[in-house]
Amino acid sequence: MVREAVDVNGQSGAGRTAKNRAKVRTSNLNFYYGDNQVLKGVNLAIAQNKVTALIGPSGCGKTTLLRCFNRMHDLYPGNRYEGEIILDSAVNLLSKKIDPIEVRMRVGMVFQRPNPFPKSIYENVAYGLRVQGEKRRRVLDEKVEKSLRAAALWDEVKDRLNEVGNSLSGGQQQRLCIARALATDPELILFDEPTSALDPIATASIEDLMASLKETVTILVVTHSMQQAARISDYTAFMYLGEMMEFGTTKKIFSAPKEERTRDYIGGRFG
Amino acid sequence: MLPSLAEVAKGKGRLRGNLAERAIEVALFLAAFSAVAITFSIMALLITESVGLFKTVSIVEFLTGTEWAPLFEPPRYGILPLVCGTVMTSIVALCVAIPMGTISALYLSEFASPRVREIVKPGLELLSGIPTVVYGYFALIFVTPMLQRFLLPNLPGFNMLSPGMVMGIMIIPLIASVSEDAMRAVPRELREASYGTGATKLQTALQVVFPAAASGVSSSYILAVSRAVGETMIVSVAAGLQPTLTLNPTEPAATITAYIVQVSLGDLPHGSTEYQTIFAAGLMLALVTLTFNVMGHFLSKRYRENY
Ligand SMILES: Nc1ncnc2c1ncn2[C@@H]1O[C@H](COP(=O)(O)OP(=O)(O)OP(=O)(O)O)[C@@H](O)[C@H]1O
Ligand SMILES: [Mg+2]
Repeated sequence: MVREAVDVNGQSGAGRTAKNRAKVRTSNLNFYYGDNQVLKGVNLAIAQNKVTALIGPSGCGKTTLLRCFNRMHDLYPGNRYEGEIILDSAVNLLSKKIDPIEVRMRVGMVFQRPNPFPKSIYENVAYGLRVQGEKRRRVLDEKVEKSLRAAALWDEVKDRLNEVGNSLSGGQQQRLCIARALATDPELILFDEPTSALDPIATASIEDLMASLKETVTILVVTHSMQQAARISDYTAFMYLGEMMEFGTTKKIFSAPKEERTRDYIGGRFG
Repeated sequence: MLPSLAEVAKGKGRLRGNLAERAIEVALFLAAFSAVAITFSIMALLITESVGLFKTVSIVEFLTGTEWAPLFEPPRYGILPLVCGTVMTSIVALCVAIPMGTISALYLSEFASPRVREIVKPGLELLSGIPTVVYGYFALIFVTPMLQRFLLPNLPGFNMLSPGMVMGIMIIPLIASVSEDAMRAVPRELREASYGTGATKLQTALQVVFPAAASGVSSSYILAVSRAVGETMIVSVAAGLQPTLTLNPTEPAATITAYIVQVSLGDLPHGSTEYQTIFAAGLMLALVTLTFNVMGHFLSKRYRENY
């Protein structure tokens, strides 16, 4: 069993380019809901400006792991982390000294179901900036447009920015949520099954979007679709019962997985 | 293609199911219809009984007259002082109840620990179980003297301010409980999305949860208005029963409801003009409540369609 993370630095051997650095690294990460240990010694390195897919059978802890990266678990009592999540080889995101609010400004999140706020399209995107105290109209306008463009939504909504976010279609709403996450310039964006509530066309547009986003951000995405993982990710991590079973380049995981469980899961024998 | 035997048999079953379903539908309709029918018959009663009054008093005088003294000689039938008393006491009450109720709801739904909520919520609900006559005397013999002592030395013993405030306290639990339910029904993902962008608890509560719950919160306000407008005992006991046309809440006044109890406690011959004024006043009260409800309905519709 591969307990240690396969270091993405190691992957590229001599070519330690900036592009190939680990953006975030978990080390011996344990997580407990009360007494229930859900993550068991997870070691994972997420490469900068790459898409890393997190796959595994239902209930293996993918969402739980994802929500550690922005300290979402802090919102509920009884949750406990052990181990470290190191950002930029410098800060431990799980440290008690780190304010989860600051973590969430640097680590964005897109949820399974599109969840725009009951506000206008504009205000949905501007929200993160506003809560950080940005009031200058010009800056907000600029950021909103930039984020909507980056989320490939600008052309569809530029004439209706004052309409309520819920007036959009499901796929558009999800892109709105991506724009909302992008507005604060996060370095890492977490996607939890971002297309599971969408039709194939909307799914394709979100997938294209992720491919273009990795120019500027690092992406960690949970998905139940093997095809999706294969299409969009550079690295794939396979989780099983709270443990990191296997990690490697997507090509390798899908063509020559080392572990039998990985092979079975990818081959659709369980999950 | 002909239906197979099995399909025919299933069709029969469905027919029986349809009958049962029809019966339930009719029963439900009757239940809903009776509520509407009762409302309409009350309105009809109010209208037919007050029609007599408008034979002796013109509608214009009734609606615009500034003096209400139907039992005096010569009688005056201007309803405005009573409407004014009702509106003023209600405004005072809402000035207390809306902020306090909303803040309590936000606190209970977003900030209180489950333990605190378990204690505070039933406590609040207990407040609404106190008989209103007790609130009335609380206003008269506690709040008014306190106001006189500490804030307004010249406050008359009967005034609109003190019963208005106490009425507001009485309504807080109504707003708090209905609004809190609305806030707690806001999906968790919406809150998480807010936290996810780096918002604080307070920002999330005020900028996401509150607007998302707006339609439920505004229904609680509408309920509060109806409650305030219809409240009788507190104002009867503590506001004085003197119809006065004034916008000054520190003066005594009578409300529509207070007039109705006051007069109906006496012995009024059926069909007399005084008797008819009760119904005319009741009709007015129904119209005031209706106006507030319609206004509230449109206001809350503007904020509908949320999450
Ligand atoms: N809030 C919670 N409290 C207690 N246990 C939880 C909680 N959320 C999840 N769990 C448990 O943690 C385990 C992992 O759940 P998690 O949601 O991370 O799985 P997942 O891999 O995302 O599954 P899926 O693919 O179905 O989304 C499950 O056994 C689940 O029952
Ligand atoms: Mg999940």
